[in-house]
Amino acid sequence: MNRNNRAVPLKVKAVAKRATQNENKRFVLLVTATLVVVASMLFVNSAKAAGSSVALESPIIDQGNQKSLQRGAQAFVNHCMGCHSAGYQRYSRMAQDLGLSEDDVRANLIFTTDAAGEPTKVGALMTNTMSTEYGKQAFGVVPPNLALTARSRGVDWIYTYLKSYYLDPEKTTTGVNNLVYPGTAMPHVLGDLQGWQVPVLGEEANGVTPIESLAIETPGTMSADEYADYVADITNFMAYMADPIKQTRHRIGMWVMLFLFLLLGLTYALKKEYWKDVV
Amino acid sequence: MSAKPDNSGNGLMGWIDERFPLTKMLDEHITKYYAPKNFNFWYYFGGLAILVLIIQIVTGIFLTMNYKPDGNLAFTSVEYIMRDVNFGWLIRYMHSTGASMFFVVVYLHMFRALMYGSYKKPRELLWIFGMLIYVVLMAEAFMGYLLPWGQMSYWGAQVIISLFGAIPFGIGDALTLWLKGDYIVSDATLNRFFALHVIAVPLVLLFLVVAHILALHEVGSNNPDGIEIKKNKNADGIPKDGIPFHPYYTVKDLMGAVVFLIIFFAIVFFAPEMGGYFLEHANFIPADPLKTPDHIAPVWYFTPFYAILRAVPDKLGGVMAMGGAIVVLFFLPWIDRNPVRSIRYRSLAYKVLLFSFVVAFIILGYLGMQVPTPVGTIVARICSLIYFGFFVGLYFVSKTESTKPLPERVTH
Repeated sequence: MNRNNRAVPLKVKAVAKRATQNENKRFVLLVTATLVVVASMLFVNSAKAAGSSVALESPIIDQGNQKSLQRGAQAFVNHCMGCHSAGYQRYSRMAQDLGLSEDDVRANLIFTTDAAGEPTKVGALMTNTMSTEYGKQAFGVVPPNLALTARSRGVDWIYTYLKSYYLDPEKTTTGVNNLVYPGTAMPHVLGDLQGWQVPVLGEEANGVTPIESLAIETPGTMSADEYADYVADITNFMAYMADPIKQTRHRIGMWVMLFLFLLLGLTYALKKEYWKDVV
Repeated sequence: MSAKPDNSGNGLMGWIDERFPLTKMLDEHITKYYAPKNFNFWYYFGGLAILVLIIQIVTGIFLTMNYKPDGNLAFTSVEYIMRDVNFGWLIRYMHSTGASMFFVVVYLHMFRALMYGSYKKPRELLWIFGMLIYVVLMAEAFMGYLLPWGQMSYWGAQVIISLFGAIPFGIGDALTLWLKGDYIVSDATLNRFFALHVIAVPLVLLFLVVAHILALHEVGSNNPDGIEIKKNKNADGIPKDGIPFHPYYTVKDLMGAVVFLIIFFAIVFFAPEMGGYFLEHANFIPADPLKTPDHIAPVWYFTPFYAILRAVPDKLGGVMAMGGAIVVLFFLPWIDRNPVRSIRYRSLAYKVLLFSFVVAFIILGYLGMQVPTPVGTIVARICSLIYFGFFVGLYFVSKTESTKPLPERVTH
């Protein structure tokens, strides 16, 4: 700081300066506060995400739980891959990430054949053989690739969707409808496991009778809890498949952060050393 | 500044200096470029913008090695990069995070210029180069966003290009057709956007950045007090409040860069989607020309202008308002007629104006991401008026406002 202010006496100058700086600080503080408020609004907003009118349920899933992922993979190849592809993901990558050997995968998780009619190679993408024309004919819409659904729809959506099928033979060709995705083209593939649900109607208002909840009419082979766990495993696997590097990314990220914080200490000290002589 | 370096003819540097002005350039731009010693927090962002530019260019080069600019392959090739290319995910997330962080840094850099009057005489051209960088950067980001070929890429591009269709006299439709190279956004559009994104626009950007820095080093850096340090020179002709850029600001910016990288890599490694703001959820679905998403919103850095567009009931009017919101910034050096640069020495009226401008801009940014609602539209209209009102108000306030006396030397 300089001491040779000619015109203004030192003390008055200092006071004036402090006043300006305080004002300046207040302004910056105000702007910062506004930014924080808006930012928090954004995050509250992003939490509820886009999509359906029903409240979505959050599954308790753990990307580090390999057993759950393996169960999810098994359910996925058995129930989903008849129609859906997951063709950005490779079987071999799944084997590696889920702690399975490639032989395990060949024996238990590959049910499809490639163009030559041979069993799909373990290094291949997890596609299926249903042609898009057939898919369109059968369902009116090509069953989407599910590899990225956990990122486009979110895990809560998938979990709730798989639990929200109900019998609705009048309005649909498949005989079932879905609370999360009304008019869905997909039949209830897991119906025999979950059982078949019927809507519990609420009170009529403005000519519309809202569906309050769903109740099991015909029990399936699983209890409600078993089914919830089963679906949570599928959801967990789909979350893995949408972002297979996530676990590795977090692990490397910790080291990168550690390195950068050490580097920050070093560069801070360097700056301090150089700036000693700036007055 | 010495005309000829002392070590001419000596060693490798001497050999080079006789053939190329290396020492002269280093002196002019780094070791003997005297910057004011009172730079604060807000002065990190120019250097950080260069850092992000370098990150974008380097990661971009590696992305092009595996990306396929083809309507049938683009989406899959991005997933291929994310899954099968070694560290492809890191390169891609750095590039996508870099795009958003570029705008974070540039917006803060621009806000700094507003706050401390860095656009005023003699820095008008510096400001204009900066504004050109901003506009070119928006073009670069827009074209880059089409390349992943997801639903948001596709429909975002469709919406933005269709805006040009609002231009009357038959120009609009011809122009959109020319831009797309097809009647809809298609493979042809993707190919040309790829060409523009990876070479044409970056070249212009680099040229403008060089011009921006040359202009800065010609007139010298402004500072938080907004006073001219060149007015107070010592016997050697060096500003008393100036310190050489190297080593003082190189070590300071190095520290700032590390802080920035901590934030940057925290996003890359732990939240690359940033809750859907950096990578939108709908963009994980491949582009489908037959299926319009429920809600099309541009990425966050365009949303303030998108909100202004939607706030105007008429399409052509909206497009003009949106364009005007950017064009008006170019004229800031002449709209603000007060010779006092820094907010520190300006009136309360000015501070209120600037504060409302920033708040309106942020609210517009928020509204631009949302599905339009009647209340939202009213708020967007009010904020648009505040946005433009800032410039009108500034024109009059700046002429008459009472300012505080400027200090003789910079303060810390």
